[in-house]
Amino acid sequence: MEPRPKLLSLLTGLSVLLFLATLAVVFLYAPLEARMNYVQKVFYIHISTAWVGMLGFLAAAAAGVAFLATKNLKWDIVEVAAVEISLVFFFIAIVTGSIWAKPSWGTWWTWDARLTTAAILEMIYLAYLLLRQGIEDPERRARFGAVYTLIGGLSVPVTFLSIRLWQTIHPAIIGTASAQAQGGFAMAPTMLQTMFFALFTFSVIFVTLLWHRVRLGRLAEKVEQRKLQEFK
Amino acid sequence: MTRNRPSPPAARPPSLPPRPRGGFGRAVLAILWKDLAAEMRSRELLSAMLVFALLVILIFNFAIELAPALRSTITPGVLWVTLAFAGTLGLNRSMAVEKDRGCLDGLLLAPVDRSAIFFGKMLANLVFMLLVAAILLPVYSLLYNINLFRPGLLLVILLGSLGYVAVGTLLAGMAVQARTREVLLPILLFPVIVPVLLAAVRASGGFLQSAPFEQILPWLNLLIGYDVIFLAVAYMVFDFIVEE
Repeated sequence: MEPRPKLLSLLTGLSVLLFLATLAVVFLYAPLEARMNYVQKVFYIHISTAWVGMLGFLAAAAAGVAFLATKNLKWDIVEVAAVEISLVFFFIAIVTGSIWAKPSWGTWWTWDARLTTAAILEMIYLAYLLLRQGIEDPERRARFGAVYTLIGGLSVPVTFLSIRLWQTIHPAIIGTASAQAQGGFAMAPTMLQTMFFALFTFSVIFVTLLWHRVRLGRLAEKVEQRKLQEFK
Repeated sequence: MTRNRPSPPAARPPSLPPRPRGGFGRAVLAILWKDLAAEMRSRELLSAMLVFALLVILIFNFAIELAPALRSTITPGVLWVTLAFAGTLGLNRSMAVEKDRGCLDGLLLAPVDRSAIFFGKMLANLVFMLLVAAILLPVYSLLYNINLFRPGLLLVILLGSLGYVAVGTLLAGMAVQARTREVLLPILLFPVIVPVLLAAVRASGGFLQSAPFEQILPWLNLLIGYDVIFLAVAYMVFDFIVEE
């Protein structure tokens, strides 16, 4: 097994430290929100995980285009890595969002444009993983995966637009009025600082996880090749 | 460019292979014709889609209360869910028959642009979907005593079906090459087709409730935009689907 790169180990350690620091900042430094108290703390995690989900989504689409252009299988590994990370982090964002929505909107879920788009994005990525599962040939799997991320990547903004259009035409939907006030609270400067710190931390975590996952993908590929050589 | 040369077409040396003008359009039409002729003889696909669509309508009758007062609001949803479900049947079948006996390989060997194959298959699927809609609409109108024959609604069905088959034909081409095949297509297709279904349902509802045109126009624009974007994308990426 090839040794883990020094920089990666460093990044991993840094991610852990930054995450602990973020928790400390969120709970000790950021002020308690007047109306929502401790529930508001989930907001920092929510924003950051949604941000990582978006990063992964964009990275996957870019890797898909890069694969179709170059036919280099390394882009396929990046694509899967980004999709998997995005899937997990979007899921965390949806769950934390629900925790936030219950006290502030009075419901776990509304069919708001962002919420619905996030849910559909999850569906697209689950479909993506199912598609890959059904194809053995790695080259074809990569091609189809790239095409599907491309189509998914294009349809998600259109979906967002269409759902927003739906909301503006039918404003009589539960929670829309309060959903307009989605900030829900005036951001104190320390809250803003905390948010940006959390965003930074999660960006680092994203890069670390992506690197780990890409490395894992490459190692898995090597194992496959070894196996093929054994049986020849 | 050769068209601009002063020499008449008859002066072409006979050794040159005949390259008919508009070769792309002719190839598309040839594939469309092939699919329609095969369907005329077997009547497998259309009958399955139709019976399925009628069954879905029947099931909706039991599943939700289609009370007369609510009909104009629920009908568009029922109609589009039915069309979408019947559509996946047709899309699956249209690609499966190509794959089963290696017909797709034969098609790919033809000296035409590969996107011509895509457009031919897509147009055939569009024709099937519109035929299903053409039978579904009068039956629905009859059963539920609501007039669905409005020019606006027909336009929405055309635009919605076009977007649906554009993405659907492409994804069916992928699904049919995977191990899970038929199971895979709806899972791949439905999450990316949400804008089409949403816009089509809203626009149909607008026409059925005689809403002012300004309220329907954004949905029509959305449908047209989706159709244009995804026709272009499918045109560009179809090569990657059939490449071996």
